[in-house]
Amino acid sequence: MLGTNRKIDFDEVFLPHLDAAYNLARWLTRDPADADDVVQESFMRAFRFSAGFQGGDSRSWLLKIVRNTCYTWLRKNRSRETSYELDEEQHEAVSGDPEAILQENIDRQFLRKLLEGLPPEFREVIVLRDIEGLSYKEISSVTELPLGTVMSRLARARKRLQADAARATQSGVLG
Amino acid sequence: MNCEDAKPLLDSFADGELDLVNHVQVEAHVDECLRCDHIYRNRAVLKNALADEILYFRAPSELRSRIRLSLSESQTRSPITRLLKWRWMPAFATAAILTAVLLTTFAIYRDRAVDSENLLANEMVSAHIRSMMVGDTHLMDVPSTDQHTVKPWFEGKLDFSPPVADLSQQGFTLIGGRLDYAGGRAVAALVYQRRQHVINLFVFPNQETGANGERLLVKQGFNIVHWTRSGMTFWAVSDLNAAELQEFAADLQS
Repeated sequence: MLGTNRKIDFDEVFLPHLDAAYNLARWLTRDPADADDVVQESFMRAFRFSAGFQGGDSRSWLLKIVRNTCYTWLRKNRSRETSYELDEEQHEAVSGDPEAILQENIDRQFLRKLLEGLPPEFREVIVLRDIEGLSYKEISSVTELPLGTVMSRLARARKRLQADAARATQSGVLG
Repeated sequence: MNCEDAKPLLDSFADGELDLVNHVQVEAHVDECLRCDHIYRNRAVLKNALADEILYFRAPSELRSRIRLSLSESQTRSPITRLLKWRWMPAFATAAILTAVLLTTFAIYRDRAVDSENLLANEMVSAHIRSMMVGDTHLMDVPSTDQHTVKPWFEGKLDFSPPVADLSQQGFTLIGGRLDYAGGRAVAALVYQRRQHVINLFVFPNQETGANGERLLVKQGFNIVHWTRSGMTFWAVSDLNAAELQEFAADLQS
């Protein structure tokens, strides 16, 4: 529970996670202006709900709100993107060698495009784990998925990303 | 551990999220299985590439300022709306109920106090009228202008000794005293006069300590001033005008 001086407490507790909030929103919306709007709305929602924050992991608490705001926003503005059922097996059907050796110096902008091309359910676990550095437990708390699902989804997401990278490399797009 | 068991655990292994037993087993398998070692190394390379600062989107500083502004606006916008939010409702309702109870209690007590003052005032006026009714006998048991005659006269007749003041200098002449009965007890009645106006001053002890300021009442055309001082309650009743009766009360208390 935040103390009596709510604004000062709120600023101190949640503003340090602004970058984390923006990073997640930016990766999920894939647009700087949209990320701005989503993050601003998320902070307003977080402020309104902050009475319900019982202390503990403030970053996960905030990121959960950002994630929910993102999906609400995506459903409203880009319904096409989230309308499909995530068929994880289908994404694993890859031609060629999905585990071709990944180059250490893989082009970062190329990697970014590959990651942006993943379905949001795959994209978010990679962003939360490998870019934001959350633990499986924290990801489970943000996404409200069971720990086992976080673990398997992350494995599938990376495999897919790896395969996409391998395919692009093999077809001579970039290395 | 074989490949079938190890493969689903390779990502968690690379993330350092496996429990110790599984970690040791996967590590042993990766050491001897080229294929799994290959996948593990690929994951390590991928993780390393993803950890590049270039892929982390930091919030623009304009957004930071905008959010700070919005937060301070929503803080100052409406404290009352915020106060009425559900989480304050239990406290708010409790406070409202308590206030209502207190106000009601206060009103009842205040009404009772006003009622008892009214009741007593009526009795004082009745006693005053009675004393003026027939002849002089009702007015005074001890007709005397001397306070040193009037005061000792009460001895043995009352369980208290009323203060008897000589106010002849101030134009209020003591003309006597008598016993009366008011407010459920025997009281001392001191009779003063100014011009043609008789003043009955009823005196009796009061449980209340401390002093209560003068209160001016009007009943049936009579002016009444009453106050409490040094454990005695004083009721002055007269057809004298209010200003002079208050002057009388002030002189008695000086």
